[in-house]
Amino acid sequence: MASAPEPASQTSTHSNRLVRWLDERFGWEDLLAPLRHKTVPVHKLSYWYFLGGITLFLFVIQVLTGILLLLYYRPSANEAFESVQYIMTQVQFGWLVRSIHSWSANLMIFTAFAHMFSVLFLRAYTKPRELTWLTGMVLLFLALGFGFSGYLLPWNTLAFFATKVGTEITGQVPLIGKPLLIFLRGGEEVTGATLTRFFGFHVALLPGITTLLIAAHILLIQRLGMSVPPSQEAAWKALPPNKREMPFFPNFFAHELMAWYIALGVLGALAALYPWELGSKADPFVAAPAGIKPEWYFMFMFQTLKLIPAKIGPIDGELVGILGFGLAGLVWVLLPFLGGDRYGRRQVFIRGLGVFALAYMVSMTVYGYMAVAK
Amino acid sequence: MTTKIPPRPWLLFAAAACLLLPASLFAQAQPQIAKSSCVDCHSGFPAPTGVTEAQWAADIHAQKGLTCASCHGGDPTEPSPEGAMSKKAGFRGKPKRTEIPAMCAKCHSDGAYMRQYNPSLRTDQFAQYQTSVHGKRLAKGDTKVAVCIDCHSVHGILPAREPRSTVNPLNVASTCSRCHSDAAYMKDYKIKTDQFAGYSASVHHDAMVVRGDLSAPTCTTCHGNHGAAPPGVASVENVCSTCHVFQAQLFDTSPHKAAFAAMGTGACITCHSNHRIVHPTDKLVGTGNEAVCTNCHASGDPGFTAAGRIHDDLTKLDEALKRSDQELDQAERSGMEVSQARLEEAQGRDALIKARVTVHSFQPDKVEQDTQAGTKIADKTYTAGVKALAERDYRRKGLGLTLITIVVVLIGLRMYIRQIESRSQSGGS
Repeated sequence: MASAPEPASQTSTHSNRLVRWLDERFGWEDLLAPLRHKTVPVHKLSYWYFLGGITLFLFVIQVLTGILLLLYYRPSANEAFESVQYIMTQVQFGWLVRSIHSWSANLMIFTAFAHMFSVLFLRAYTKPRELTWLTGMVLLFLALGFGFSGYLLPWNTLAFFATKVGTEITGQVPLIGKPLLIFLRGGEEVTGATLTRFFGFHVALLPGITTLLIAAHILLIQRLGMSVPPSQEAAWKALPPNKREMPFFPNFFAHELMAWYIALGVLGALAALYPWELGSKADPFVAAPAGIKPEWYFMFMFQTLKLIPAKIGPIDGELVGILGFGLAGLVWVLLPFLGGDRYGRRQVFIRGLGVFALAYMVSMTVYGYMAVAK
Repeated sequence: MTTKIPPRPWLLFAAAACLLLPASLFAQAQPQIAKSSCVDCHSGFPAPTGVTEAQWAADIHAQKGLTCASCHGGDPTEPSPEGAMSKKAGFRGKPKRTEIPAMCAKCHSDGAYMRQYNPSLRTDQFAQYQTSVHGKRLAKGDTKVAVCIDCHSVHGILPAREPRSTVNPLNVASTCSRCHSDAAYMKDYKIKTDQFAGYSASVHHDAMVVRGDLSAPTCTTCHGNHGAAPPGVASVENVCSTCHVFQAQLFDTSPHKAAFAAMGTGACITCHSNHRIVHPTDKLVGTGNEAVCTNCHASGDPGFTAAGRIHDDLTKLDEALKRSDQELDQAERSGMEVSQARLEEAQGRDALIKARVTVHSFQPDKVEQDTQAGTKIADKTYTAGVKALAERDYRRKGLGLTLITIVVVLIGLRMYIRQIESRSQSGGS
């Protein structure tokens, strides 16, 4: 007499059936095969690998909370502030969604910067990963674009004037500055047209491009595998039995999941203890209040432009600053092509450049905040 | 044969325009000050006959094209002193103090003449002056009293709108005080000389000088300028009510109206004083040491009881608003959004202001009506603050539970990782 099957085996049979069903229709197993065979190098610097994943996780949080905010947000100068106020005070858990959205945006930019510098210092950007670096740099710029466009959306005083200053700086770019300023503002001044425009960039244009680039970035990582720091690579080459790896799935994924949970905890704590401020509604007809400052990730540029003299010889000082940052950004994007071989002598110079850039950004940001506080 | 055209003629035209246009604008902006032989000599004299060129150039009369001769006669175009100050040229010399108001009035009382310079300028100054204490005394031959030049200065008269003018609202009090605070100078008139000291400590001075509100009262606002005179006890209320309209209306319906009139004390000044009008607080009304009500009312009389009630109602609302403010402050510091409650709280503060105005009816029931409306709002906004803080605590509890859950999941994940790692190690060995 046949005995009744165990419930666990019954579930297992059901999931096997589902997998088979999917496999027969679009080759599910083939799709998962690379993940099953993919391995991640294990060494003392492995934890830097988590930064990219955390940035991705925070982007997903951004998308989800952003969609929820869209249910109530109204992108017009007359209603934007009130709608965000409504979200913060009347909508059930609206405060949590908006605070997580704002904190997560800032943390995402922080982890994106940290990821970029870790890739630079671990020389993971060199051949054959030039395209991964390129897509990553563009994603970093897009993240800054998200920040700049999103900052204005609550239509509060601080954001209004910071956008005014920010777009004015854009207007200083030679040749394309003025048309770019008009394009960004939707006119000569920051008005409701600017808000609608920024809303469009923030919820449609930027997410679309970002999603495509993230897909390309991940695909490149998938194809090329994880980079191993040069020192570790040399050590493993000398003693191949010491080489250690872990399967991407489930081992590395479980580690990454832990990092995501920690990030979620940090986000929840920040949102609950320090809900994102709303400020007062923007009034274009009043004078700019004292202490206008951009978001922290633009502070180093803002402070530099403030310190540059009005004229450097016959040239406008601000223009020199803008061109300088533009050139530095271009050099940064092209680093894999300028740095040469991974083990070449130029890498020492690039490392020095990276240390200088990091120190400069941190010190100027701190200086900028101290200057605003005074 | 072709005529040779100069290269780029538009460039020459533009250069000429650039040179000539600012010059012509400058010429328009600068008033034409006639050259005067009087100033040539008198600029070297000491005061009071000395007049510097800069002083005369700044004078509104010089800027409007008048000359020394307009007041003093003579001929300023004549180079020699004898010629310029000759009787033939109509030289009148220095006018006597008693003649000055009439001399100024020759132009300033002529509406048709003054219209060409400033159509909105009044032309009744001389008529007003004749009704003033200054004017009446001058008519009796008292030359110590103020005439036009004492307030407006002479040979450097600036329009009143100029901040440096002696009759600009900011400077009026100190101009009056030059005589009225000089005890020796005022000795013969037997009036007090502490008006300026009192005014300097007043809420009106604070509004004018500290807050820069040029519409705030100064000496001339209550006493008149050209017709300067004490308002008189009976008309004090009318003077104050030009600004404090509602207070005056309420006072008219109050029992104090008749009482103060019978006592012969000026309406408003009985409680608020005249020049030293300090910022009124709620302590001014009531039965405490600082309350003015106890000057007339003693314990047991109905006025004393009413004063106590009014004070208590005002204090109650003030405290309710402070309590609400503290709660909302704390909620704001915790990052809670309470801007709506803040808006409503402002209405509560308006109710307190209204109640403080209603005090002038001296009817406790009316004051209570206003304070109750304010207290209702203050209680509501206080509750909003309490709710916001409760919500903050709820969020923190929620955060605690979430963090516990996350820690549990993390421990689970860590155990799972260990399990799969040990499984893969044993599988590999």
